[in-house]
Amino acid sequence: MFNLSWVRRHLAAVRALLVFTVVLGVLYPLAVFGVAQLPGLHGKAEGSLVTSEGRTVGSALIGQSFTDKDGNPLKQYFQSRPSNAGDGYDPTATSASNLGPEDIVDTLPDPKLLAAGKEDENAKQSLLTQVCERSKSIGELDGVSGARPFCAPSGVGAVLAVFGERTTGGDVPHPTRVVSLNEQEGVVRAPFVAAYKGVRVELARYGEDYATGLVVPVRGDAPADPAVPPDAVTASGSGLDPHISPAYARLQTARVATARGIPSARVAELVKQHTGGRAVGFMGEPAVNVLELNLALDRQFPFRDRP
Amino acid sequence: MSPTLAGILFLGSLVLAVVAVHRPLGDYMFRVYTGRSHNRVERGVYRLIGTDPDAEQTWGAYARGVLAFSVAGVLFLYLLQRVQQHLLLSLGMDPVKPDQAWNTAVSFVTNTNWQSYSGESTMGHLVQMAGLAVQNFVSAAVGMAVAIALVRGFARKKSPHLGNFWVDLTRGSLRILLPIAFVGAVVLVAGGLVQNFHDGTTISTLTGGSQTITGGPVASQEVIKELGTNGGGFYNANSAHPFENGTAWTNWLEIFLILLIPFALPRTFGRMVGQKRQGYAIAAAMGVIAMASVVLTMVFQGVHHGTVPTAAGAATEGTETRFGVLNSAVFATATTLTSTGAVDSFHDSYTSLGGMMTMFNMMLGEVAPGGVGSGLYGMLVLAVITVFVAGLMVGRTPEYLGKKIGSREIKFAALYFLITPILVLAGTAVAMATRDGRAGMLNTGPHGLSEVLYAFTSASNNNGSAFAGLTVNTVFYDTALGLCMALGRFMPIVFVLALAGSLAGQGRVPASKGTLPTHRAQFVGMVAGVTVVLVALTFLPALALGPLAEGIHR
Repeated sequence: MFNLSWVRRHLAAVRALLVFTVVLGVLYPLAVFGVAQLPGLHGKAEGSLVTSEGRTVGSALIGQSFTDKDGNPLKQYFQSRPSNAGDGYDPTATSASNLGPEDIVDTLPDPKLLAAGKEDENAKQSLLTQVCERSKSIGELDGVSGARPFCAPSGVGAVLAVFGERTTGGDVPHPTRVVSLNEQEGVVRAPFVAAYKGVRVELARYGEDYATGLVVPVRGDAPADPAVPPDAVTASGSGLDPHISPAYARLQTARVATARGIPSARVAELVKQHTGGRAVGFMGEPAVNVLELNLALDRQFPFRDRP
Repeated sequence: MSPTLAGILFLGSLVLAVVAVHRPLGDYMFRVYTGRSHNRVERGVYRLIGTDPDAEQTWGAYARGVLAFSVAGVLFLYLLQRVQQHLLLSLGMDPVKPDQAWNTAVSFVTNTNWQSYSGESTMGHLVQMAGLAVQNFVSAAVGMAVAIALVRGFARKKSPHLGNFWVDLTRGSLRILLPIAFVGAVVLVAGGLVQNFHDGTTISTLTGGSQTITGGPVASQEVIKELGTNGGGFYNANSAHPFENGTAWTNWLEIFLILLIPFALPRTFGRMVGQKRQGYAIAAAMGVIAMASVVLTMVFQGVHHGTVPTAAGAATEGTETRFGVLNSAVFATATTLTSTGAVDSFHDSYTSLGGMMTMFNMMLGEVAPGGVGSGLYGMLVLAVITVFVAGLMVGRTPEYLGKKIGSREIKFAALYFLITPILVLAGTAVAMATRDGRAGMLNTGPHGLSEVLYAFTSASNNNGSAFAGLTVNTVFYDTALGLCMALGRFMPIVFVLALAGSLAGQGRVPASKGTLPTHRAQFVGMVAGVTVVLVALTFLPALALGPLAEGIHR
């Protein structure tokens, strides 16, 4: 096997690789870098940085959080979408949730840890509960209903475990026991529905195994098109989405105007100016750049914190 | 304009653009691979490599060239990652640990670009541009070279030779990929993609928090990632990251780049075998499957069936506002129908049936249109299987393009087809049977199985996209998926080249009354049918336990 042609072939392979590494791995990116120094391209190649009053405050393409130190939304600013990049909008840890469309059952926290004021690292909110919780808090912040299909008023996913004999079709026509899986005893006072098929619904208890129950998400009577728009309650793919939908911007307009003590119409006008249409008329979706909008707000209607 | 109409226009404009360029590009590639003269740069390269560009190779020598070059690539890339802390532009990154470095090296050399690492926290700029991006070019050029060798097998008569691997590799890299990449990279910079060598600029945000704006030679890598159907993102968020895909039009352009070469190669094939209509038939079979798939995925995503999508009001989890749901679905289809695996939205959070489509696309063997080169040779193998099946039905010796498909040829074709299903199903079974395999799942129940099935499908088909919830940076997954990628790439290549050698050695049988015409709609339908039926029979049981179980309920 180790004859002359074998050696020659592998030497050729190594030499070919080195040649291509120089041409395609060094010269080519440097050439693109060189062209990117041209005016008009340079700023973009550097990261589309945005400055305000002489200091760099971010990138026009990278979203930011507009919250206080504890992560509570600042009322005077338009809020970005939920983010899974690090602690939120961290470009060194970009990520999506990667939770599936039927991820609807929470792993409940240990009440002992909660009582001690600690976090339970094993607890995990399902994607459904994340959506419901965000909808509830945005609804409260912006003064609209946060109700959504499959969401309990307590801000968790409305999901039951139904115990009892199953038919061949997988139904449980005569349940013996029903538990609201995401509503925890001691956290929630009463389940989102008192009874299911004539059986009283119990709250979930930490540590109990409900695996044998049939998992039934309950649609409820919330409208299919809720007041809080979809992008406001779902995280983006990058965790750095610089945009929100025009609908989510409209929802926030009144609250921002009130916080800044100006008429709502002025803010609405600014939102309109910062709403980008589809590229070339049909690519993508209309979107509002949150950082640029908030910068414009600060420039035109500076926020004065009233005690 | 309604989102639906905009989505239809988005898809329609892409189709038009691909149709418009497939001819000039296909003809150009025909001239590149059949031209006899070598330009000065190339002569210099051949001298440095130490090869005689006018010496032709047998199929065995051609295959040994492919393997030697790939082994050198894996070793070099492994080494580069292991010593990156000593190199320029390392950004202070630690050396990549051995199992992950092996996985990544195999991943990029096999044109898979599966990533068990997160770019922004693992790889320095030099490893990205001089290691990973170089393989983006040459792994694509290898795929094209193998496809061209197979086409020569059909085109030649009684020839022991298939061309010269080093010449095909060099011409594919320098004459086809490099010029398109350079122009594309500059255009992408205009769309906001960064191209610098910063190690990150920390700034104070509007509300006083701190944020690190990352840098890197991204545009030059992004363009070849799509053009070479590679898919490995500079950043963890891949083409969802605004610095990899800043606007709705860069999104369009990136999808176009993914489809550009795979849809133009059938034209090159038609020219090389001297019957353009044969190329059209292959392109049509690819197009029919692709169209059906993209429409279904757009519908599934648009209708947003399922508990969480219904609660949210749209399938927006894991998608970017600037792209929207429908454009993201087009990207997802393009990336999984080719061997790309780049993502501009996260498939794990797709609706159950939309997510299943991305998996089914890969299971098709990535032939509609498939990866650069690998798509064409995959589809030609399926065409061989189709004429064989048709021959069985009417009881005649099958032939394709004047070549007899005898027992030797059909054995190579069948072996080619069987490799990936074996890797996917056996790999998934092993993972589900071991604790290390099950430990990686983020979701439970059918969706957890989907994550594992997706991973082995993606690796074995050299796609590289992921149901990214699966934790894959473990010794088990790094090793197992690395093996799947290597076997899923090189065993089919060897069988394709063996088939090519066998075909080239034959004479040509004149077409007779009993010859199945292979340029008509009937044949296109049969190829598409054979492709879908073979895959459905192979994978339906596994899909039924995963996405179908999850997606079909009242």
